Amino acid sequence: MRPKRIAAAALAAGILSAGLALAQDKDSTSRQIERYREALADGNPAELWEARGESLWKEKRGPKAASLERCDLGLGPGVVKGAYTVLPKYFADTGKVEDLESRLVTCMVALQGFTPEQAKKDPFGGPGKKVPMDALVAYIASESRGMPMHVSIANPKEREAYELGRQIFFYRGGPHDFACASCHGAEGKRIRLQDLPNLTNPADARRAYTTWPAYRVSQGEVRSMQWRLNDCFRQQRFPELEFTSPASIALSLYLARTAEGGVMDAPAIKR
Amino acid sequence: MADPMKIRATVVGDKVEVKVLMAHEMETGQRKDSKGAIVPAWFIQNVTATVNGKTVLSAEWGPAVAKNPFLSFRFAGAKAGDKVVITWTDNHGDKRSDEATIAA
Amino acid sequence: MKMGRRRALQSASGVAVMGLAMAAGLLRPSTARAEAWNKAAFEVKGSLNEEVKALGGSGATESKDISMTSPDIAENGAVVPFTVTSKLPKTESIALLVEKNPNMLAANFTIPEGTEPWINTRIKMGQTSNVIALVKADGKYYYTSKEVKVTLGGCGG
Repeated sequence: MRPKRIAAAALAAGILSAGLALAQDKDSTSRQIERYREALADGNPAELWEARGESLWKEKRGPKAASLERCDLGLGPGVVKGAYTVLPKYFADTGKVEDLESRLVTCMVALQGFTPEQAKKDPFGGPGKKVPMDALVAYIASESRGMPMHVSIANPKEREAYELGRQIFFYRGGPHDFACASCHGAEGKRIRLQDLPNLTNPADARRAYTTWPAYRVSQGEVRSMQWRLNDCFRQQRFPELEFTSPASIALSLYLARTAEGGVMDAPAIKR
Repeated sequence: MADPMKIRATVVGDKVEVKVLMAHEMETGQRKDSKGAIVPAWFIQNVTATVNGKTVLSAEWGPAVAKNPFLSFRFAGAKAGDKVVITWTDNHGDKRSDEATIAA
Repeated sequence: MKMGRRRALQSASGVAVMGLAMAAGLLRPSTARAEAWNKAAFEVKGSLNEEVKALGGSGATESKDISMTSPDIAENGAVVPFTVTSKLPKTESIALLVEKNPNMLAANFTIPEGTEPWINTRIKMGQTSNVIALVKADGKYYYTSKEVKVTLGGCGG
């Protein structure tokens, strides 16, 4: 009996020290990745989008040859500073809960005379393809830098959207039977080297929500929350999440509310 | 015409530190598009920085410089109020030149 | 310095960014010449010696007077930041080479007198590789190198 017990103890010790070594490797890997992220923080290409977005905000465009400067983003017509912190929110003029991108679509239609199809066309830029939407999002988000998120659910439609967003977050579907919660609903989850934020946890939600939009190095583009949600759906093999759909806005509102108080620091720079 | 660069030049001690962000695709010529065709190489080949007519940096780049390039460098012999001019030319013959005033 | 304050970049407090469009045919005489671009140097694959030859030198000596700072792991090889500085007297140029890239030479900076031999930039790495900082000083070539690991990370999306 004794040799067996010693062997078992040795085996356990071996596994324990290997486990510790692995944990240490993971820590130093995390530290190096943190170093990588810090090294990129100064000199964020998103500034190029912010500059372009500010020009587009002021440029007379569309059939009505008007600028977006009278657009109400939630704090009154033309108020850009701080607007990102109150979105998504209910707007009386459309009777809907809107996020930043849907609000920009609303204004492009109402102020500039574009059709909804024209305003929603090509929302996400690509190699060699510059689109107005992500530049406008970058500019408007940058004008809320340093300010805390405060979305309201006082209005019944906002409450309804929040509840819908929460349901969607936990809704399992698609060929992998995934929900957002499958990756983002518990502590300590990771995909390869990416630590996944637990978006039901306010601290993680704040960190995550306040760093979108972001310049995604792997995309070479500034990406918004609409893009982020659309891409999550793609990765879950869900049907496409339509740009500015009520479902996308509901999810955004749920996440923004969980990130209550988080200080905006966007556009950020991410892998 | 390419998008403008973002240039920041500040006095740091007895030197001037310049940080510049350039808007450029920097295509390597290795990437394939969604139809499987190679996207041709398109990248900045030459960069020059001048202050008061003097070249303070020049560079030859290949497509391995990252997209939307960031560059920072330091030089002596200029003061706040002087202008830094940065010019790039790419392999298509496109050119872009921007300037910034050195801040104290 | 955080470059994140877009407003600061455009404020009147001493920093003005002005675009100067260089229209074709309106080049000032000093910039009218075609700029040199060493095609052969940008086509060398995998060999430091070949690269130095293409740049007009013969061989390079390892030097502790060149320092290269970068993260050890790049979360994405599309953008990897490097700072290279040279303490070698009469430093004329600083180049960055990625050993395993399809073509080794990423960038070559000429350092005129009065400019600090110090460069901070970002390059693409196709995979985990040795990265070499190659310095020409007083007519001779020197180098230092470090390995940088490249991961794609996450869902690759």
